[in-house]
Amino acid sequence: MDLKDKVAVVTGSTRGIGLAIARELAERGARVVLSGRNAERLQEVVEQFQKQAWTALAVQADVSQPEQAAQLIQKTLDKWGAVHILVNNAGITRDTLLLRMRDEDWDAVLNTNLKGAFHCTRAVARPMMKQRYGRIINISSVVGLIGNAGQANYAASKGGLIAFTKSVARELASRNITCNAVAPGYIETDMTEVLDEKVKQALLGQIPLGRLGNGKDVAHLVAFLASDLAAYITGQVINVDGGMVML
Amino acid sequence: MSLEEKVKDIIVEKLGVEPDKVVPEARFIEDLGADSLDTVELVMAFEDEFNVEIPDEDAQEITTVKSAIDYLSKKIQSAE
Ligand SMILES: NC(=O)c1ccc[n+]([C@@H]2O[C@H](COP(=O)([O-])OP(=O)(O)OC[C@H]3O[C@@H](n4cnc5c(N)ncnc54)[C@H](OP(=O)(O)O)[C@@H]3O)[C@@H](O)[C@H]2O)c1
Repeated sequence: MDLKDKVAVVTGSTRGIGLAIARELAERGARVVLSGRNAERLQEVVEQFQKQAWTALAVQADVSQPEQAAQLIQKTLDKWGAVHILVNNAGITRDTLLLRMRDEDWDAVLNTNLKGAFHCTRAVARPMMKQRYGRIINISSVVGLIGNAGQANYAASKGGLIAFTKSVARELASRNITCNAVAPGYIETDMTEVLDEKVKQALLGQIPLGRLGNGKDVAHLVAFLASDLAAYITGQVINVDGGMVML
Repeated sequence: MSLEEKVKDIIVEKLGVEPDKVVPEARFIEDLGADSLDTVELVMAFEDEFNVEIPDEDAQEITTVKSAIDYLSKKIQSAE
């Protein structure tokens, strides 16, 4: 899974799964664009990368804002003249039961998780088409496949991302651009830290492999999908969930 | 370079066709082997080259070399 000199943009790569993905891609030789909303955190991460002698560029961007997403890609092109890999990973939750879900909760989640991916994918489509090469990987969730009480907004965004993935895969296939979705199960990050112990125990009971996942579990699959080994895979959803969801 | 020549150059480059195939009546899809993505790329290349915006409704009408040249000449004239 050699990614030498490939240029990879990973959204939401300052923490959690996105950071694990960025590290994995960098370790395999890719030049990585780190991104997130929090500038200080971004700076810390880019310094970590520099210490490892990994080639990285930090661009602050809120992907829910179309101009900022476009800027993220433009700055990548200005710096390295190409973008081979896009990982749409930035995501948030605003969990609450439907009855109590406010419009803001719905909009915030859809705007980041689904619209953010649209903004970034639209921005890379043209340069990737010109290059006749591209790997787009969308981080969805098993919740987008099976739903989850208390996450109607989040599940809708992740299910939407799967349908988006398949459409983009069809549209851009003739230009040697693949687009796939990765659906993690329960991965230990800031996002899942907020769950209480009882919920975590209940979840564990549903995972055949008997443990929560970590960022690296997801990052390994992303690195594979981003590599030339995955050239003939497009429009797919692959779960990384310890066997929690088997369809 | 005249507008006509620039348009032809863009078509040759984007569609990878021989310059002598790019005659006024040539249709992008049927005669020059373009697919739907190529036609979108062509229109975007025209927009960049001539610094104009081509709305989707207009883009649909640009199906031949001549229609592209006519459309762009009119568009540029009206902008001046
Ligand atoms: N953890 C899980 O169990 C799990 C399971 C399935 C799927 N996922 C998905 O995996 C992805 C990463 O999750 P995670 O657990 O690693 O979350 P996390 O630890 O909360 O990290 C989220 C990352 O996204 C960034 N981000 C959030 N909103 C953004 C925006 N509008 N624009 C740009 N960046 C933004 C954050 O940085 P800033 O706050 O600085 O912007 C941060 O770097 C998400 O799409 C999530 O839905 C996670």
